[in-house]
Amino acid sequence: MPGSLPLISWGPLLPMLVVTGTGLLILVLDPFTLPAHRNRLGVISLLGVVAAVATVLAEWGQPEVIFGGMLAADAFGQFFSLVFLLVAGLTLLISMPYVQRAGMNYGEYYALLLFSTLGMMVMANSLDLITIFLGLETLSISLYILAGFLRDQLKSNESALKYLLLGAFASGFVLYGIALVYGACGSTHLRQVAEAVSAGRVSSPTLLILGMGLLIIGFGFKVASVPFHMWTPDVYEGAPTSVTAFMIAGTKAAAFAAFLRILMTALPVLQADWSRVLWVLAVLTMTVGNVVAIAQTNIKRMLAYSSIAHAGYILVALVAASTLGSGSVLFYLVAYTFMNLGAFAVVIALSRREAERVTIDEYAGLGLKYPFLGAAMSLFMFSLAGIPPTAGFMGKFYIFSAAIQAKYIGLAIIGVLNSVISVYYYLRVTVVMYMGQGEAEPRADRLSPALTLAVIIAIIGTLQLGLFPSRFLEVALRSVGALLG
Amino acid sequence: MNTFPLISTVVFLPLLGVGVLLVLDRQREAAAKHVAFAVSVLTFLLSLQLYREFELNVPGMQFVEQKAWIPGYGIQYHVGVDGISLLLVLLTTFLTAIAILSSYTAITTSVKEYMICMLLLETGMLGVFVALDLVLFYIFWEGMLIPMYFLIGIWGGPRRIYATLKFFLYTMAGGVLMLVAIIVLYYLNAGRPGGEFTFDLLKIYGLQLPFATQAWLFLAFAVAFAIKVPMFPFHTWLPDAHVEAPTAGSVILAGVLLKMGTYGFLRFALPLFPEATRYFTPLFAWLAIIGILYGALVSMVQPDLKKLVAYSSVSHLGFVMLGIFALTIQGLEGGILQMINHGLSTGALFLIVGMIYERRHTRMIQDFGGLARVIPVFTACFMIVTLSSIGLPGLNGFVGEFLILLGTFRVHRLYAVLATIGVILAAVYMLWMFQRVMFGGVTHDENRRLNDLTPREIAVLVPVLLGIIWIGIYPRPFLAVTEASVKQLLAQVHVRYQAEAEDVTPTTQQEGKKLIADRFAERRHAR
Repeated sequence: MPGSLPLISWGPLLPMLVVTGTGLLILVLDPFTLPAHRNRLGVISLLGVVAAVATVLAEWGQPEVIFGGMLAADAFGQFFSLVFLLVAGLTLLISMPYVQRAGMNYGEYYALLLFSTLGMMVMANSLDLITIFLGLETLSISLYILAGFLRDQLKSNESALKYLLLGAFASGFVLYGIALVYGACGSTHLRQVAEAVSAGRVSSPTLLILGMGLLIIGFGFKVASVPFHMWTPDVYEGAPTSVTAFMIAGTKAAAFAAFLRILMTALPVLQADWSRVLWVLAVLTMTVGNVVAIAQTNIKRMLAYSSIAHAGYILVALVAASTLGSGSVLFYLVAYTFMNLGAFAVVIALSRREAERVTIDEYAGLGLKYPFLGAAMSLFMFSLAGIPPTAGFMGKFYIFSAAIQAKYIGLAIIGVLNSVISVYYYLRVTVVMYMGQGEAEPRADRLSPALTLAVIIAIIGTLQLGLFPSRFLEVALRSVGALLG
Repeated sequence: MNTFPLISTVVFLPLLGVGVLLVLDRQREAAAKHVAFAVSVLTFLLSLQLYREFELNVPGMQFVEQKAWIPGYGIQYHVGVDGISLLLVLLTTFLTAIAILSSYTAITTSVKEYMICMLLLETGMLGVFVALDLVLFYIFWEGMLIPMYFLIGIWGGPRRIYATLKFFLYTMAGGVLMLVAIIVLYYLNAGRPGGEFTFDLLKIYGLQLPFATQAWLFLAFAVAFAIKVPMFPFHTWLPDAHVEAPTAGSVILAGVLLKMGTYGFLRFALPLFPEATRYFTPLFAWLAIIGILYGALVSMVQPDLKKLVAYSSVSHLGFVMLGIFALTIQGLEGGILQMINHGLSTGALFLIVGMIYERRHTRMIQDFGGLARVIPVFTACFMIVTLSSIGLPGLNGFVGEFLILLGTFRVHRLYAVLATIGVILAAVYMLWMFQRVMFGGVTHDENRRLNDLTPREIAVLVPVLLGIIWIGIYPRPFLAVTEASVKQLLAQVHVRYQAEAEDVTPTTQQEGKKLIADRFAERRHAR
């Protein structure tokens, strides 16, 4: 039989190709760019991200599965592609001023950022465990390097090493889990796994359950759920601030995207089992994250523990295992992106010329000194704490109503009480900023336009999702339809 | 009926003021004050229009505005006022204008930000009183915490951070449980035959729940409201918040914020869960009585004027709660009127304490004495307010307390007797305080040179005093506004109760008096 190329529909591939192409282009251009002009590489990356967004939107509403399910640009995948591109775009905006000051303005930074975005997109746009794993690794390996990008800082080195070791460990769990599921069901395709399970064509139920357990552990590492969270604070604290922002929003979203897909598409039959496990994980994650965050004095560590707590809230929605629950995950992740990247943008904007402000106390009195940034930071903190009328509140509202709809009222109560605990440490930031006495110090440089833009986008997003969430929720709910389809 | 969205205009006009302030240059502090004051006065005048167009004999919601907001979830922008909320809306717009005027000299730092917080707060408070959608209500209820948090935290006293965090955490802790209850109600309502997915309060009123469910949901709502009122034993945040808050903050806190709790009982807890309400009535009545007596006793020993007034609020709000849980028309009307009275009297007391603090930078009773001779106009105002707070006939406090006691007496004599002790104690602590501060010889030399009230301060106090005297002499217009709505509320709470024909709820005061007379006659016959 004469070999012939299979007919490939390029539409679903295009966004990923654009992102990859931009990353490669930057690697090519890098040697020809003067160090002083490296910010142009950032601008090019940004243009690439915008172009990728355009290609996703061009395919919007036309789900397509190619390569036998290896890639699936369905509504769910497309939604997440947009989330990742948003994260990447905002990160690029806050990176440009940051990398210059931190002395790490190399072309590789932008290229790696784009490659890890590619990894996220692959993870979310796939119906096959193998491709999901490939995406996960592309994402992770790029991030191992990015975490250690501040080469001459011990903390950054520590961060990269810890992330590498524990990340590799977690990848091992995921891979072993995939192997066991394959062993039990004879396929790595999510739909075929689901069919095999529901038809009872499982060679050994023990294998399947073990595989599922390992997958939960592996993704538990990736989303930083307790008790698999130990790496999070150190990695997030040591990594360059812009990278932390990227990880805190992007990695979490990608890991939850894959997690949702595996649980809802491949293993819906075992829902009773995994819901029970995730119930425990959710409670532990929320509580430990929030309680430990109270004791933090370093703002990046505080946000790291807060990200653990937020993973806990999202797990609550996973426990509910419903359309509403999955939709609320999507909604929450976007809300979370806006408020977290906004907060990090403010942290970078308020840096002193020589060094960043590391401890929360160093923000004393800045609220009234820089009214715009102060108000923005307060908004993000209130949103993270889940106080209306912000995106964070609406996100929590949807998550807890999903839990209550699925009759997990106890879980919802634990969740809301946790958000009361969290109020304490989020408010402490505003307490210090507005009610503390700051030392006299020279005013910082003018805010760079890129940072201003990032903060404004985050403000608009936080308020838009808080005040008029309706249309957005509809999109999120429609997107999760693809999970079960 | 005209279609002009009057309520929305009233609620969001302060937000427009915030917009103006945002673009104002920070250095122009006088302009910021004037803008804020002008906006608040305009809001007050507009809210008077609500009163003018209000139909007295309509028990239900008026000026209703209803728009889909988050249709996928059945969340609406649904607002309206009835007789219960109308008075509170007026109180809010009135006190906000007064509070802004009172802070012209007291606030010296970050004036612009301060005024922004005041106006945001006004929008939040008004929203709470007009919202008829549970989620909308919750958003205003929690969102309003943010400006208050900043008001106490930035412009407050030395322990302001502790106080403001405590205030925030207490209120939020109660609030989130209510949120869970709200969502549970939503699904219960959707699950009933013919039910729909909606957070519309008026539609959820029709939900009939089994007693056990009612009890849990009632408790979740009640804790949120009880913390806000605050009822004993949830009151500990109040003295801290009051003592540390700036004067205007205290005025708003005592005058309006506490009323959100009592209003919540009236609007949500009682009509949504009538059986649970009746079941828990003894508990709440006893807590109210403990609050009345405890607040009064603690007030008596306070060395700090502001703390004294703060604890007296615990006592006064106990009266309001007792009136509400009497579940009689006099009790409820008295309770609502007493909410307004407390807003005026205690608001005025805080203003007066603030004025004396601005002069002497102390609030300790022992630092004063013999002020009556030095500042006579101030003394006269203080006297009127003190007497109104005690409940002297002819001033507002009397009408409210009398109605509450009457309404309570009809259903439970012991409650009324115990509460009356609270009235006596109020006279003790207020008059004793007044005597120590104002009468006798001048004990401190600094006090000889005090200035009497400035015209601006007189302008702040006189409207409040007029209100105090007006309600005292002619409360009819205020009671008339509430009557129809209160009757409807009672019918909601008693609907199944009446069917049992166990207790006939009289619908007018005449009937009530007749009922009391009959009961007495029965007693005499029995003997």
